[in-house]
Amino acid sequence: MLLIDCPYCGQRPEIEFAYGGEAHLARPPDPSALSDEQWAEYLYMRSNPKGRHAERWRHVHGCGRFFNAVRDTVSDFFVTTYKVGAARPDAAAMPKAAE
Amino acid sequence: MPDAVTLAPAAPSARFTLRARAAAIAAAAAPLGTGLPEVACRAATAGVVAALWLGPDEWLLLAPEAEGPALAARLAAALDGLPHALVDVGHRQGGLLLGGPAATEALNAGCPLDFDPDAFPIGMCTRTVLAKAEIVLWRLGAESFRVEAARSFMPYVRQFLEEAGRAFAAA
Repeated sequence: MLLIDCPYCGQRPEIEFAYGGEAHLARPPDPSALSDEQWAEYLYMRSNPKGRHAERWRHVHGCGRFFNAVRDTVSDFFVTTYKVGAARPDAAAMPKAAE
Repeated sequence: MPDAVTLAPAAPSARFTLRARAAAIAAAAAPLGTGLPEVACRAATAGVVAALWLGPDEWLLLAPEAEGPALAARLAAALDGLPHALVDVGHRQGGLLLGGPAATEALNAGCPLDFDPDAFPIGMCTRTVLAKAEIVLWRLGAESFRVEAARSFMPYVRQFLEEAGRAFAAA
């Protein structure tokens, strides 16, 4: 079973978690000042990379908290997890691949 | 030969969920008789009252049913004016006491957590999943657990554990 490292609870089985979409998307402070295209860009457009992806997860059947994770979308390897509010970790500081 | 897995309903309990941050955490210690545990997944007990860590700002408080109103009144008085949420969930969920030498094996039939005493020591508690039900699991002893689940899930949880236990009712 895939273990996910919750920043609060430690390593827990994946069935306790729910996926929450791409991380680090900041809502524009004044939506009414945006054009429709800019608003659609914020609402709908996602990076969808093949490789390392920063995304939100929620430990829904555990502590209930949202946190961020960097996951490799090819191998499903969880590179790192960190609390909401923390900056995305430096790529050089992260492990290269699953051991 | 004693049963490999024993199941019994827990005594009727008062239950509260408390959501609180620093100031309210400190203020809740006196009426509870124990500080709210701030280490992840640990429970603290003081006499008949128990506080179970469920999240960084969330606790489940357990007490005998008769103690409930007095405990709620003490907490409400101590937390007055501080941001917090204290909700009576006593009738939302039920409790089961699970014991016996195969208790961890029965739980592992529906829950993939590691119940080795090093990984899940006595006094550890957590919300988790048992088969298709969400439960709160609290380890009371080497071979005894308290399982809390929503009332509507209790028959399912009980029957699941009974069925899992039958596999260990060895000859």
